[in-house]
Amino acid sequence: MPRRFRWTVPYLFLVPGGLWLLAFFVVPMVVMASVSLQQGSLAQGYAMTFNFGIYAETIARWSSQFLRSIEYAVIVTVLTVLIGYPMAYTIAFRGGRAKNILLLLVILPFFTSFIIRTLSWKLLLADNGIVLGTLKEWGLLDSGFRLIATPIAVISGLTYNFLPFMVLPLYVALEKVDPRLIEAANDLYASRVQGFLRVTLPLSLPGLFAGSLLTFIPAVGDFVNAQILGSPDTTMIGNVIERLFLSNNDYPQAAALGFILMAAILAMVLVYARLIGSDKLTTG
Amino acid sequence: MAEVDVRLDRVTKRFHDVVAVDDLSLDVRRGEFFSLLGPSGCGKTTTLRMIGGFEEATSGKIFLAGTDVTGLPPYRRNVNTVFQNYALFPHLSVYENVAFGLRRRRVASGEIRHQVGSMLELVELPGYEARRPSQLSGGQQQRVALARALINHPQVLLLDEPLGALDLKLRKQMQIELKRIQTEVGITFIYVTHDQEEAMTMSDRIAVMRGGHIEQLGAPEELYERPGTAFVAGFLGVSNLLDGDVAEVDGDYSSVRLTGGTLLRAPRPAVNGARRVQVGVRPEKLRVVPISDGSAAGSGDLNTIEGTILDASYIGVSTQYLVETRDGQRLTVYSQNLETSGAGEALADGQQVRLTWKPQHTFVIGQTDDPTAQGALNA
Ligand SMILES: Nc1ncnc2c1ncn2[C@@H]1O[C@H](COP(=O)(O)OP(=O)(O)O)[C@@H](O)[C@H]1O
Ligand SMILES: [Mg+2]
Repeated sequence: MPRRFRWTVPYLFLVPGGLWLLAFFVVPMVVMASVSLQQGSLAQGYAMTFNFGIYAETIARWSSQFLRSIEYAVIVTVLTVLIGYPMAYTIAFRGGRAKNILLLLVILPFFTSFIIRTLSWKLLLADNGIVLGTLKEWGLLDSGFRLIATPIAVISGLTYNFLPFMVLPLYVALEKVDPRLIEAANDLYASRVQGFLRVTLPLSLPGLFAGSLLTFIPAVGDFVNAQILGSPDTTMIGNVIERLFLSNNDYPQAAALGFILMAAILAMVLVYARLIGSDKLTTG
Repeated sequence: MAEVDVRLDRVTKRFHDVVAVDDLSLDVRRGEFFSLLGPSGCGKTTTLRMIGGFEEATSGKIFLAGTDVTGLPPYRRNVNTVFQNYALFPHLSVYENVAFGLRRRRVASGEIRHQVGSMLELVELPGYEARRPSQLSGGQQQRVALARALINHPQVLLLDEPLGALDLKLRKQMQIELKRIQTEVGITFIYVTHDQEEAMTMSDRIAVMRGGHIEQLGAPEELYERPGTAFVAGFLGVSNLLDGDVAEVDGDYSSVRLTGGTLLRAPRPAVNGARRVQVGVRPEKLRVVPISDGSAAGSGDLNTIEGTILDASYIGVSTQYLVETRDGQRLTVYSQNLETSGAGEALADGQQVRLTWKPQHTFVIGQTDDPTAQGALNA
């Protein structure tokens, strides 16, 4: 290539990714935005009416499912942190030679399908399944006790399914923490707990941030867990969108819901990045 | 005798089947600049880490200012460390790095500001408070690490090859600086290095380590002038060692007959009752004279040995000769170019020469390689 076109090389590398994003992100977004502003029905066809009112309508109509989704996703994210941080910490600092095997175990569930795993949770949590059935037989639980079709089942399923997305980024961040920094903190009169809070934790924030996004965002929009493990009382916004699209064929409302969800997630992520301190995410 | 700040009492550290530190005892005096010197893998870092509390001794006891601290974690020891690669906190500013220890001890923030300010002045880094460690050069990071440790006014400061990552010029500069700071704050320094010149420049006393034990302990000039073992003689500069037997004792001196028959004299305390010995002399202590000069052999008080020049290399301040004696032993000689002024005036290869030196510059090493016997030499 002639010398004077050299500067174009880095941009050429961006072309495949750019085309991909254009075809599968920008174009569908524009189409969805336009669909959300149309009116009509599947039978009579849709016409563009710039019906911005649909956004207010949709929010009012589905607010309880919205709030439930956010609530579940927040709980799920917190639970994956509580379960995943000690896991990642142990693998990173105490894993020794077993490190790779432990990491393999973390991603092992991915070797079977998401749906299959969620269905097996349904069996596990069934009213008279292996867990509850046994406990009831032993008289440890009331025969009316159930987990399936409760928020606990949905949240458990989501937590289980998204745990690896929390553990892996946390592991990557913790693995990079030089153990001598912790020694240095101990040397400077920080106890083990203080050393963790002042050094290890701040240095693992990029992993915590990435893990939270990878858990929270898919969890808010998930419909599989609520559908398989839940009941009408645990319907999440993903279930609503799915139903509007596939059963009711109410495309404008479904598209509007999708946009509202996206905006809400974006806003929450920005607030979260602020809280964690975005400068800490880049220097570390 | 001065107060003892750090005492190691028969300390051993084993990692599985590796004995890193082997039954080591040591006293470091208050306010002293003390160095642990030795080749890589001899146990210097492990010794330092046990004093800092990062490794637990397999057996033995460690005392700080008379108190047994053997089982205490690092944060309960009044000791601070300058780590080998500084281990600065990358997520904190220079100010927060230096303030870290004071904050953990809940010093008031006004007091912290004052102390961090004067500490950064001491290490000549004022104005760098807001920088991150990644925005500093190696030498500057080194100073921050030093300030971060010193601000706590520890009983003892531990330094593990703190200048190892710096280039030669900066290292020389920091050696002087470190020594200045140590004198200024008056804190006991225990300094780990594998660089003999660095240890000699800065230390009040040096412990030369080898294979987990102390080979010899003493002031730099003592180790250099009177090394107790072939290892110490070789580790601290170049030395010439000749095998011989102690022949007779005569006043303050003992005579040693070399394998080739030459009789040499050495200070009597250095011989210390041994029979088979090695006689040593440093290359710069030797005078080289051409034999054709006709001067009388064995001129009275001096030790004399004859040989042939194998190689002469002119290196500016001095000329370095390699001389072979009649019985095939080789000696290195550094001859100061006091009166000569060029390679042309150096003695030629093949020239017969006489090497002379003062008997008091001779050191003697017991022939046995048993460390306890060597220890007895410096008792
Ligand atoms: N954590 C450890 N595990 C196993 N062996 C170690 C460990 N630390 C040091 N050693 C071994 O102990 C010996 C002394 O090491 P070290 O104290 O680091 O030496 P130096 O600092 O003098 O180079 C070496 O043989 C080293 O391999
Ligand atoms: Mg070392």
